[in-house]
Amino acid sequence: MPKLTRWLVKASLIYLVLALCAGIGMAVPQAAFFAKNFPVYLHLLTFGWLTQLIFGVAWWMFPKYTQAQPRGPVRLGWAGFSLLNAGLALRAIFEPLNAEMPAALFGWMLVAAALLQWLAGLAFVVSLWPRTKEK
Amino acid sequence: MPRLSVYFTRMALANLAVAFSLGGLLLANKGVLISPYIWKLLPLHVEMTLAGGLVQLAVGVAFWILPRFSGAAPRGDERLSWAALVLLNAGIGAAVLAVLFTAPWLALAGRVMEAAGLAAFALGNWKRVKPMF
Repeated sequence: MPKLTRWLVKASLIYLVLALCAGIGMAVPQAAFFAKNFPVYLHLLTFGWLTQLIFGVAWWMFPKYTQAQPRGPVRLGWAGFSLLNAGLALRAIFEPLNAEMPAALFGWMLVAAALLQWLAGLAFVVSLWPRTKEK
Repeated sequence: MPRLSVYFTRMALANLAVAFSLGGLLLANKGVLISPYIWKLLPLHVEMTLAGGLVQLAVGVAFWILPRFSGAAPRGDERLSWAALVLLNAGIGAAVLAVLFTAPWLALAGRVMEAAGLAAFALGNWKRVKPMF
């Protein structure tokens, strides 16, 4: 299993646990702050857990790019990993904060989170695209 | 990777690229309001992420790695799986147009095509879910 896959899969498992903790927080009666966490909860599951798990396994199992460079541009894969985790962490912090007490700084942090996550997604797509090919 | 899996996977990646872009736009709009109309794109983000991206990627990889039969047709009757590719993507396309043009009947048609496509895939690959030895 390549190093990037191990990091993606382990990070995905951490996000799964965090998502389930957020779910517990949302279920606490009278916890108004956590009740606003639904979009974060959903994205911890779909982006933090599912997307990272899928791309981690795809990075490992998809057909080789070339014999010399079996997984293609590795830096692009690491860029995707770093951008996704930085973007999702920013979102997990500032989306509930912005919902609770809107402020320009929090809003711009969400814009930064959006940009980082978008770039992460594109990095994964671009790195896997040439590896989807017939043997 | 068989040709059909290549098509499924590339359609999935293309859908995900659009879905990530829509998601980024929606989140940025939540932080700094660009336009209230951007919220109307949320169903597209959900549709293209789940049906277009994740389901299609799972189906494409399943077609590739499920156990094969010995003989001339190792992946069974592939026509059903090809039908699944066409129906699923036609359904996603219809669902997307339904949101853009506010056409509920098109959303219904899209859902029917998606369900029919996935049923065709399940039918075509049912017997491949078997022990390896």
